[in-house]
Amino acid sequence: MDRQPIIEFQDFSFQYYSQSEPTLHNINLKIHRGEKVLIVGPSGSGKSTLGHCLNGLIPFSYKGEIHGSLKIDGLETRDQDIFNLSKMIGTVLQDADGQFVGLTVGEDVAFALENDNIPNAEMHERVKKVAEMVDMERQLKSSPYELSGGQKQRTSLAGVMIDDVDILLFDEPLANLDPATGKTAIEIIDAVHADSHKTIIIIEHRLEDVLHRSVDRIIMINDGRIIADMNPHELVSSTILVENGIREPLYVTALKYAGVKVTSEMQPGHITTLKTELSRNALATWYYAIQADNRENTNPSILKMENISFSYDGVRQILDDINFDIRKGEMVSIVGKNGAGKSTLAKLLCGFEKEDRGAILYKGENIRSKTIKERAEIIGLVMQNPNQMISKPMIYDEIALGLRLRNISEEQIAERVEKVLKICGLAPFKSWPISALSYGQKKRVTIASILVLDPQILILDEPTAGQDYRHYTEIMEFLVEINKLGVTIIMITHDMHLMLEYTPRAIVLAGGRKIADAAASVVLTDSRVIEEANLKLTSLFNLARMAGIKDGTQFVQGFIDYERRIKNR
Amino acid sequence: MNAKIKLFSYNTLDTPIHRLSGLTKLVCFLLLTFAVMFSYDIRVILAVMVFSIVVLRVSKIQYSQIRLMILYVLIFVITNAVISFFFSPEQGVKIYGTRHDIANLYGGYKLTWEQIFYQVTKFFKYFSVIPLGIIFLLTTNPSEFASSLNGIGVNYKAAFAVALTLRYFPDIQRDYHDISQAQQARGLELSHKAKFADRFKNSLLIVIPLIFSSLDRVELISNAMDLRGFAKGKTRTWYTSKKLTRADYLALGISALILFATVYVSVFINRSRFYNPFI
Repeated sequence: MDRQPIIEFQDFSFQYYSQSEPTLHNINLKIHRGEKVLIVGPSGSGKSTLGHCLNGLIPFSYKGEIHGSLKIDGLETRDQDIFNLSKMIGTVLQDADGQFVGLTVGEDVAFALENDNIPNAEMHERVKKVAEMVDMERQLKSSPYELSGGQKQRTSLAGVMIDDVDILLFDEPLANLDPATGKTAIEIIDAVHADSHKTIIIIEHRLEDVLHRSVDRIIMINDGRIIADMNPHELVSSTILVENGIREPLYVTALKYAGVKVTSEMQPGHITTLKTELSRNALATWYYAIQADNRENTNPSILKMENISFSYDGVRQILDDINFDIRKGEMVSIVGKNGAGKSTLAKLLCGFEKEDRGAILYKGENIRSKTIKERAEIIGLVMQNPNQMISKPMIYDEIALGLRLRNISEEQIAERVEKVLKICGLAPFKSWPISALSYGQKKRVTIASILVLDPQILILDEPTAGQDYRHYTEIMEFLVEINKLGVTIIMITHDMHLMLEYTPRAIVLAGGRKIADAAASVVLTDSRVIEEANLKLTSLFNLARMAGIKDGTQFVQGFIDYERRIKNR
Repeated sequence: MNAKIKLFSYNTLDTPIHRLSGLTKLVCFLLLTFAVMFSYDIRVILAVMVFSIVVLRVSKIQYSQIRLMILYVLIFVITNAVISFFFSPEQGVKIYGTRHDIANLYGGYKLTWEQIFYQVTKFFKYFSVIPLGIIFLLTTNPSEFASSLNGIGVNYKAAFAVALTLRYFPDIQRDYHDISQAQQARGLELSHKAKFADRFKNSLLIVIPLIFSSLDRVELISNAMDLRGFAKGKTRTWYTSKKLTRADYLALGISALILFATVYVSVFINRSRFYNPFI
């Protein structure tokens, strides 16, 4: 290996013109040819800014002041334009959907060649070759709508590899992917690294998921500074993760609960490398000490689906004979891969679409004849992206909107809005414009704007998508508070941590049918359900097996209950 | 989203028309449109219209796909006819040089056979462009459309912008649908029950979130395009551009012939752009 680094930051600082403080401070970092490096950090830590400096979006699209030096392959980047940089470093952005430029796979892969004026015949040949490298040669004519999440990732990858770049930069490759697809994405990146020996940089906050395969180094960034630069085993066994708001792998948390001192000698970086010899006894003792809670909800039924079937076109069944019964005050997650029928289920509940067969019962009463507006007073829906809901410039007006549209008197509105503002912790921001809020606070505003209608049931679509651990915890603890007030909560989600930690019950859909309706610990340890619903076996189950504990499901449930007790929920 | 609502969206089928290159279809569209725009001979216009309806059938476009578009054009053309009658009721007489009165209308307006003939001709003139436009729009995929625009000399950035708009049309439609439903749940009234001013205000409640969520999309796609070298050169090539085949030359030949015939009829038979049955 040559010792000339392919990427070298020297006392590098960057400040956006729009901000009063630098986002990156005195970064010193060397990355060598062929290395595979993971950059982690919470939201706002500067990790994405670092990525933008590498690929040239800074200063090309985002302007600001640069100090110090950043060299790629010996060339100072500030003297290069984004087009030259794109020949050295290829970027795969998060959200494979949004970056799909072409109308078909072939066209999308060819995009960079088109811009280079490569003749049509040569272009087709090169596209075919690259598509073969990522196993997409048979889908060249498919449109993005026909592809699975994993195939979209492969397409994006092919689109940057076609230039034969030396460095591949992945900016949050796991955002918006379901657990199984995320796992595949990491495997694809690993395979490309093994085959091509390209330098690989992954920016991501979902540490455990990236560590499904090995990386050479992990660089931790927070507040615009490099906090740590070490190998996975050292980092995972240190306290740096917890201190900087990154979730440590679940199996490490379990080891700590069991009183095991996690050291780098145990090789805890990956569950597959973990040496459990020394911790077996501690785990077994802990396992027998924790007993699963028996907290069955005995409240009366609040929402029931009976034999619900639905189809948009009369040909393809989107939902097929769905039955479930949710009790008052429950917190339930609905999971399944894209296209399994989750969103349609929510639409039926809100009355946006009408079921073809079956009945939806609210407290035992069929609500088929209720209009969308009437249903909203019992079942509220919070959409995934707050920007899809916010339509007023001021917080107060946004929350009051639903009441004003119902012609309620201003005095009453003021009273109800105040109350909701207080519940949602937004009281200090009452007269603020929404544009001044962070993403998480905006999310709260949208939840508040639904809560003000006083619904008994709240449906949330991917409430934690794209959030780092701290924001995830904030949003979820907030929902727990609302749940304690008696609101039944249904969440549509891909997030396995959310299922495990917050919803005692998960309903799993696949191909429009319900394939499981059980505790999260059961669902996430059942290989058949995991396979069908694009989930992933939880590492806690692996840990139990490695430690010789027979009933892995019971171990997972014990872990959940233990955690709930110490967090006092 | 309801799969039935698919306005303006390209459909993938395999017909002789779909197989033609986008450039061919664009040029043929321009040639034929020019022909009907040039001529005021109702025989020629009807002939082109019949021809384009036949082509419409060949490309297997369903009536349900184009109903809305036809309705809008119909409203436009009828409004146009009424207004042009009120502003120049004597246009027909002026053009054809004769006067055959039918009736006296209010306020000194006279209805003449010349005027009726002139306006009917004009009606079909506009209306015959529709099938041509529909064929072009619905059988050309957006990228091919862009490459063909670029092929006839339109700046490629502008051409690509058009393609991207068409490409994202279904996504934006779906967003609109979702946002509208969520806002209706909050109590938004979109039906005719609401007053006009309220309906206008209410539509803002959908449009504002739509704009903001679309801006997120725009930032992402423009970054993705920058990172892959869009707009670095004065020209670019197109993955979807097809080599012209014999069918393409045939289509171009037929269209050119129709244009030629139209001009020929005007110059040598009618000796004017108008066909005059009155003398």
